[in-house]
Amino acid sequence: MRILVAMSGGVDSSVVAARLLEEGHEVVGATLQLYDSRGAAKKGACCAGQDIRDARAVADRLGFPHYVIDAERRFQDSVIERFADAYAAGETPVPCVACNQGVKFTDLLGLAKEIGAEAMATGHYVRRVEGPQGAELHRPVDEARDQSWFLFATTRAQLDFLRFPLGDMPDKAAVRQEAERYGLVVAGKPDSQDLCFVSDGSYVDLVERMHPEMAGPGEIVDQSGHVVGAHEGVMRFTVGQSKRLGNAARLQGERQMVVGVEPGRKRVIIGPRAHAFVSALSVRDVNWLVDAPPEGLVCKVQMRAREEPRTARVLPTADGATVLLDAPAMPAPGQACVFYQGSRILGGGFIRRTEQPVTV
Amino acid sequence: MTGAVLCGLQKAQFWYGFGYINGMNKKIDDKEMNFSNPVYLDANATEPLRPKARAAMLEAADVTGNPSSVHQAGRRARALLEEARNTLASRMDVAPLNCVFTAGGTEANVLAMHGLGQGRRFLVGRTEHDAVRKGMPDGADVGWLEVDTHGQVRLDLLEAALHAGSTPAFVCLMLANNETGVLHPLDEVARLCRQYGAHLHVDAVQAAGRMELSVEQCGADSLACSGHKMGGPKGAGALLLRGPAPRPLTPLFEGGGQEQGRRGGTQPLPAIAGLVAALCDGLDNPRDLAPLRNRLEQAACAAGAVVCGAGAPRLGNTASLALAGRRAQGQLMRLDLDGVCVSAGSACSSGKVAFSHVLDAMGLGELAGQAIRVSLPWNTQEADVERFVQSYTRMAAGAGLALA
Repeated sequence: MRILVAMSGGVDSSVVAARLLEEGHEVVGATLQLYDSRGAAKKGACCAGQDIRDARAVADRLGFPHYVIDAERRFQDSVIERFADAYAAGETPVPCVACNQGVKFTDLLGLAKEIGAEAMATGHYVRRVEGPQGAELHRPVDEARDQSWFLFATTRAQLDFLRFPLGDMPDKAAVRQEAERYGLVVAGKPDSQDLCFVSDGSYVDLVERMHPEMAGPGEIVDQSGHVVGAHEGVMRFTVGQSKRLGNAARLQGERQMVVGVEPGRKRVIIGPRAHAFVSALSVRDVNWLVDAPPEGLVCKVQMRAREEPRTARVLPTADGATVLLDAPAMPAPGQACVFYQGSRILGGGFIRRTEQPVTV
Repeated sequence: MTGAVLCGLQKAQFWYGFGYINGMNKKIDDKEMNFSNPVYLDANATEPLRPKARAAMLEAADVTGNPSSVHQAGRRARALLEEARNTLASRMDVAPLNCVFTAGGTEANVLAMHGLGQGRRFLVGRTEHDAVRKGMPDGADVGWLEVDTHGQVRLDLLEAALHAGSTPAFVCLMLANNETGVLHPLDEVARLCRQYGAHLHVDAVQAAGRMELSVEQCGADSLACSGHKMGGPKGAGALLLRGPAPRPLTPLFEGGGQEQGRRGGTQPLPAIAGLVAALCDGLDNPRDLAPLRNRLEQAACAAGAVVCGAGAPRLGNTASLALAGRRAQGQLMRLDLDGVCVSAGSACSSGKVAFSHVLDAMGLGELAGQAIRVSLPWNTQEADVERFVQSYTRMAAGAGLALA
């Protein structure tokens, strides 16, 4: 069948294309151009000029058509600006989720359908399992490369159309070996990194450029509003963090952490680490990959890209879900809270910003 | 005329000798259909090579000398170069010493703007090719000339702009638009430019070789053309300057002082010979492609398309077809996978499909991202158009090979 392969120019998606071709599919490659290739390209970042060349070289070598899709404006609007806006609203966003959700799994997938493809494949490390109720999304075999958390917002309709051939690979070495077997020039290429759109400096510069009103020093205050220190810019702080607090890191013998960020007032709010944990949180924009159980469900939730899932009870609400944690934790607004059962994703949403964290 | 048709027929047989004609109603193996015998309808990106141009190129490639060398080998090369120059000059009605060979259309345009535009303010059409839009010297004073909904320059606004400034103007307006084929009212434009003492530079890359053109008559002070858009090879173009006396022109780079000190670098003789042969072949065997183009447009409209620029005089080979709600890149890919080569806007080096500034300038809004360009080459056959219509209709309906 005709399959569109989303090619980043890296080794993973190149192997996907080569494998599908070997299996006898009609492979069509597509690479998103996310920013002007004439700009400074960041080493290790995805979808810059060199990566487009690499993807094209792979397609030429293997002999299938390849297209470069202009997604500059869309990426700017739907990912970069939203990323900066979320920071400006005091959240810590996950831009990769927004990118997968919008540019990749909505736009590119729509294009795949427009060209008459029957499926779209990517080099993501997740497994798509054909279950009794349709396609299921699972963690990959290679836990070290698990990208399932970043893909929680994939809808059931999208999942139905998607293929993730690398979900079964034991490790990256095996993928590189396969790339060598296919004779791909990208076999030894370094992995891409997160925050692909931050070209130089850091995301802090980017957000401050887009929201200059947030830039500059401000106050660190405790939960009752007393000034306890100073900081260099609210952009550098995420709920749950204890670094960069200077002398305020320990107050009255207690370790402190960030419990809130107020970009408008350039304030960072801290509280005692031992008391700042919450056992209930609210999530929005919930995507269910199972029929949402009205009575709620007990599962594991993962609230950061890299952390151990914890046991929780998830209750669907009219505007999202409430998550009741077995053991208190420190969720960061804007991050994803993904519901797992074993290796399978049941759903997930974005953590809401609450005015006052519930202290225990 | 007969010559061109015959050549086209031979080519068509080569392309369609297997698979297509007899297999129209059969399921054809995808790969064979897609890549072995594509239908090439992207002449405005580059024309297929004309056999006469090929022959001239090969002959010139065997000439060893450098036209600047004094020995007999050099003299032979020089003779060939000057013969090409004289032919070009006579066909385009310009003095031989006012024909400056360049590497192509972009260079010819940029050379004109840099070499002739000093001390002038630029007035540039909104729908110009990027070669012109991005070709002005750094820091130049640039005013943009709006077009009407058909894509023709607004003469009232041109006159107002000419009238407004105190410094003399350098007006850049193309003869035929690469995306829509729309022709500007050049006579009127030239009259206004003369009236206000403005220099008129005409990018004639899409028009030269496709219609009789006299630099002397058309009113352009300078005019750019390109070999591969006439059916010659890529790699040569020319800047033509009006007037009987050699016109001074500051070079972009001096090099060895070639082309009367107006363009440095050894002349690419094979490409130049091919350009001139292609020009002559095109003018000697004129072919009106409008009937085929019109047939294609009628079918596309029946499938839901809108023809952009249809209300203005146009090149006979060009159709700009917008399909509301369907992204240009999807249309392009779908047609390509079906073995039909067309484009969206101008070909860009990165290969990406972008929003059309031309259609945007015409006020077409969203449609600027939803149009493809079909441009018929000199050797187009009816069967090519039929096959395009078939693919386009299928694409517009949203059903495809894969789902059939």
